Amino acid sequence: MYMREVLVIIIGAVLVHNIVLSQFLGICPFLGVSKKLSSAIGMGAAVTFVLVLASLITWLLQIFILEPLNITYLQTIAFILVIASLVQFVEMVMKKNTPDLYKALGVYLPLITTNCAVLGVAILNIQKSYGLAAMLANSFGNAIGFTLALILFAGIRERLEEADIPQSLQGVPIALITAALMSVAFLGFTGLL
Amino acid sequence: MSLVREFTKGIVAENPLFRLVLGMCPSLAITTSVENALGMGAAFTAVLFASNIVISALRKVIPDSVRIPSYIVIIATFVTLIEMVMHAFVPALFESLGIFIPLIVVNCIILGRAEAFANKNSIAPSIMDALGMGLGFTLALIIVSTFREVLGAGTFLGHSVMGLGANSALIFILPPGAFITLGCILGFLNKMQRSKA
Repeated sequence: MYMREVLVIIIGAVLVHNIVLSQFLGICPFLGVSKKLSSAIGMGAAVTFVLVLASLITWLLQIFILEPLNITYLQTIAFILVIASLVQFVEMVMKKNTPDLYKALGVYLPLITTNCAVLGVAILNIQKSYGLAAMLANSFGNAIGFTLALILFAGIRERLEEADIPQSLQGVPIALITAALMSVAFLGFTGLL
Repeated sequence: MSLVREFTKGIVAENPLFRLVLGMCPSLAITTSVENALGMGAAFTAVLFASNIVISALRKVIPDSVRIPSYIVIIATFVTLIEMVMHAFVPALFESLGIFIPLIVVNCIILGRAEAFANKNSIAPSIMDALGMGLGFTLALIIVSTFREVLGAGTFLGHSVMGLGANSALIFILPPGAFITLGCILGFLNKMQRSKA
């Protein structure tokens, strides 16, 4: 029963309420870092790592500090500070211990602080009052959903480079229209749950 | 004279959404109705106004190496204030904007103005810059949401228009409609600019 619940949350987060295509979180990196497949994969991995870690820490912060002390109104400030310092910390640890991984993900890390997907998922986890397992499932599912959308989109954009696009639609406009078509496709998953 | 220019540049020439293409997340998510767009625009402008004043006043005090974290704390403080005010006075709007109110913290326009403008200019131009950018963003949100609400729900600010009723194109208030509306508007603006040049 419990396993099934977790599975439903993950599938829901990846396909049905995809974080980029139906909840509109993390649009900036979605449009910015999706021109090449390799950078999309790097960004996806960096976001997955930070998002799950940040959700866990902010969830613990909420349950063990903000709620007992009755200062939940400080949520926004506390969460963004935790995320900003976490990103910095992860960057430093990676640089020292796993230089290869740092070389692959390094450039994407600073961008993640202002990625609203991270703060958004952290706040949504609290709003939906998830338990530990459900919270981890939701964060992981959303991160995978983000990576999936980013990689699919990068694949399409690599093809678009060679396409004959009307001049006024080049760049962001055609990217948005492409995203609209992808969003229509993802709308098809609505009946899944 | 230059104060007027600081104000007007945000509305057309450097419109944050249409020209600089910043602040995409809220502009796609909450433009399902004109009322939401007005609420978001007002909350956004209030935060930008307050944070620009404080950052500009403290620009000589904040050390350069910790400026970004300092800006984030200042912005987050004002977002929290706005959150509490909206929760108390306009609970229905607060509910429908939902998570996008706390997410004003990570709106790249506000941090961008702090970094690019308030930290280099005195208080008066920073106020004009905040008001201009706020108004420009609000107008952009209203334009996007007008298309979406009229086409998708057949209403404008909740009043029925065009007699569409149940025959409206629902897709415009669903997620794909957000992408396609903004994509078409940006494409149209590019075309206008090219034909002018």
